[in-house]
Amino acid sequence: MRPIANTRTAAGIPTARLAVWWVLASEIVIFGGVLASYLMQRMGNPDWAAEAAATNVWIGAFNTFVLLTSSLSAVLAHHAAEHEQDGKKAARLLGLTILGGGIFLCVKGFEWYTEISHGMTIQSHPFWSFYYTAAGIHASHVIAGMILMAFVAKDAAKGLELHRVELVGIYWHFVDVVWIFLFPLLYIAK
Amino acid sequence: MAESIEHPGHAGGHDAPHDHEMSFWSKYIFSTDHKVIAMQYLFTGMAMGLIGGFFAYAFRMQLAFPGMEVPGWGMVSPADYNSLVTNHGTIMIFWVAMPVLIAAFGNFLIPLMIGCDDMVFPKINRLSFQIFFVSAIVLLSSFFVPGGAFGGAWTAYPPLSANPNYSLTPMGSSIWVVAVALEFIAFLLGGINFITTAMNARAPGMKLYDIPIVVWMIVVASILFMASVGPLIAGAIMLFMDQNIGTHFFDPAYGGDPILWQHLFWFFGHPEVYVVLLPAMGITAEIITVFARKKLFAYRTVLYTTFGTGVLSFTVWAHHQFIAGIDPRMAHVFTITTLLISIPIAEMCFVYVATLYGGSITFSTPMLWALAFIFEFLIGGVTGIFLGASGSDIYFHDTYFVLAHFHYTFFPIAIIGTFAGVTFWYPKMFGKMMNDTLGKLHFWGTVIPFNLIFIPLFVLGAAGQHRRIYNYEHFPELSAPWMQDLRQVATIALVVMLGMQLVFFYNFFASMFRGKAAGKNPWKSNTLEWTADSPPPHGNWPEGLPNVYRGPYEYSHPDRDDDYWPQNVPS
Amino acid sequence: MADHGTQYYVKIWGILLVLLVISIFGPFLEIPAVTLITAFGIAFVKAYLVVKNFMHMNVQPAYVGYMLSTCLVFMLLLFAGSAPDVMKKDGDNWVKTVVVVQGPATMHHGEENSGDEHGGAELH
Repeated sequence: MRPIANTRTAAGIPTARLAVWWVLASEIVIFGGVLASYLMQRMGNPDWAAEAAATNVWIGAFNTFVLLTSSLSAVLAHHAAEHEQDGKKAARLLGLTILGGGIFLCVKGFEWYTEISHGMTIQSHPFWSFYYTAAGIHASHVIAGMILMAFVAKDAAKGLELHRVELVGIYWHFVDVVWIFLFPLLYIAK
Repeated sequence: MAESIEHPGHAGGHDAPHDHEMSFWSKYIFSTDHKVIAMQYLFTGMAMGLIGGFFAYAFRMQLAFPGMEVPGWGMVSPADYNSLVTNHGTIMIFWVAMPVLIAAFGNFLIPLMIGCDDMVFPKINRLSFQIFFVSAIVLLSSFFVPGGAFGGAWTAYPPLSANPNYSLTPMGSSIWVVAVALEFIAFLLGGINFITTAMNARAPGMKLYDIPIVVWMIVVASILFMASVGPLIAGAIMLFMDQNIGTHFFDPAYGGDPILWQHLFWFFGHPEVYVVLLPAMGITAEIITVFARKKLFAYRTVLYTTFGTGVLSFTVWAHHQFIAGIDPRMAHVFTITTLLISIPIAEMCFVYVATLYGGSITFSTPMLWALAFIFEFLIGGVTGIFLGASGSDIYFHDTYFVLAHFHYTFFPIAIIGTFAGVTFWYPKMFGKMMNDTLGKLHFWGTVIPFNLIFIPLFVLGAAGQHRRIYNYEHFPELSAPWMQDLRQVATIALVVMLGMQLVFFYNFFASMFRGKAAGKNPWKSNTLEWTADSPPPHGNWPEGLPNVYRGPYEYSHPDRDDDYWPQNVPS
Repeated sequence: MADHGTQYYVKIWGILLVLLVISIFGPFLEIPAVTLITAFGIAFVKAYLVVKNFMHMNVQPAYVGYMLSTCLVFMLLLFAGSAPDVMKKDGDNWVKTVVVVQGPATMHHGEENSGDEHGGAELH
């Protein structure tokens, strides 16, 4: 049973979307903490560049492409849910987004496997510690987003709770934006 | 939901919950009712408070009577001592002050004071408590693992906390980090719930300046928590990996930087002080307006001051690190911001005094607590000036002066503020009045020993007594007879104070059954929660949610016969 | 919410891909200023495009943007307050050294040069 409180909109936007924005605000400071720590260490230790040179820009770039594309399908799902009221189409597009997340994780797994087998482990150098930690926290958000989207898509396919397609999309775009910053920070800066 | 959003106005209780019979479990344990969850937080916080108090008793006994077999604990070994002080601090801040002041009062007051039937996300609210409860159990479990509980102080500075070879608590320190991280997740969920509820679910007619100040303050505190805790969550992940995976983020022996942890910790740790301070300030504001029968002096100024405090609190954190080897130029900056932040807090105290001025004051138990809060917190604030200035902090740092200072801030916040709130809202929580005589006995029996505990510690700290020392007999210059006497005064006062809490617990539980029925509005207060039944049923106002017509502090209005003017009464 | 039509989103996606390509190839010129602009400047542009068009920040109430940017500003504060200490390697009478302790077997990258040598960049 949804309380009456949940249906009020004194602040001008639906409660659920407002809450998602607050969740993102709290995520910004979590990623901000990691990235600020990484940045100040990285700028203070120019010699880390030697380690960073070993990252594979092409894999990072491919993953950026995958996430950007999955964001596109997420926003198209939102469009289908909101403007076409087409839950089935929205669910299909969300399925594509989940697929994108899956490809992202597979590529990441392959990349990490290669790096670890070449001796670049989380313990080998502070750069790699930050590399695996930042990307790992991000990857856990990707997994969380995929699980959430699976639930939302299941409902949306039955035409239920269509507004959630937008909410999970906002979260997914945020995960995308984080990666947009992680990509140059971890891969390009040499 | 997209449809129902369009009609926020029809709050007429068309789906008001009906009182069907519920089992004990669904009514009290797995309820989504915000009041039940508030009580769960309150009782968990109280239980943890007893544990934290017991820890304080055990290590204070060791300090006052070194080597003595402490009744109820036994011999306090050096490792025990470290675990006890560490977990005393951790529990009192994260498992007592936070759950009681933010979560219990936030849960209980926000929906009632803004006139809605529940939190906007009742199930997330329940999940928040469940995670919190698990975190408490996880923390306490660390006392029963091999190696014992974490003993590296509640600030968990690396490399001591990062490397089991240094801390000698291989499991305890990881459990500590996990427990704290779980607790943060619980309060993030709870905090987002509070913020969205207060932003979106206000009663029709309640404008921003009609929101009671305590709701504002809990919301601002939640925002502060949410915006400051992120770096520490990141830091906690890094610390956990340092402990268990073999990274070296914070271990200088491998190129890590322990100062970085201190920054991440205090970037959260200092706003955290204001996270717990603001709700206590808000509770005080509610109580003094009711018992002085006066409008709150300068409502909007208090509100802007609250925001100002919030923003400033993000700029002061490194004053905890003046002797940690931080850049002296930054120490100048942080000295200035630290001294600046005393201005808004002083302003709030002045506002409260101005509210009292000319009022017709009733010295009821809640009012005594509220006045004591202002008075005792003032001492805490003023002694903070010495520590905020980097020059004098070099002398005072890590002495009992610091310890006494922050107990003079946290005790008024977490204990005095909580008792003020509990005694004030008890009639609404349980529908019964508490015994006023016992309440006053408990008040004096708490506040006088509190001062007797910490004034000696100020003296000892100024005399150079260092913190975190297990036995001062090993330091001839710190074991002069007068110093040992003062330690014993503090410890005996602590025992008396803990004993006096029995009076409170008797009063608290006996009044539930034997107390006089309270009625809807025993204090003749204006805010919305007093228009609901005592205790409010599930859904708060089954007959229909209230509308709001005016601000919350219209006491002694010249045009009215009654000296109060409830918010929901049409003009 | 403004109805943009699917074509619009595909167009934004196309722009994002073009920017991605630029940000990959810009740093190959090995000019530090170009690297900075192409890698990080373009990251901000990409983030802006995603936030504005995909997250529809442009149609939210203004305070949503304020609260998110306030959190960002706090992170800048964290950086500004901490970086002077974390990045500072020496003072009047101290030097931050990295002692290479015999680490676990995996530490074969262990040749961290001591932090007081500022010329670490010559490594590459």
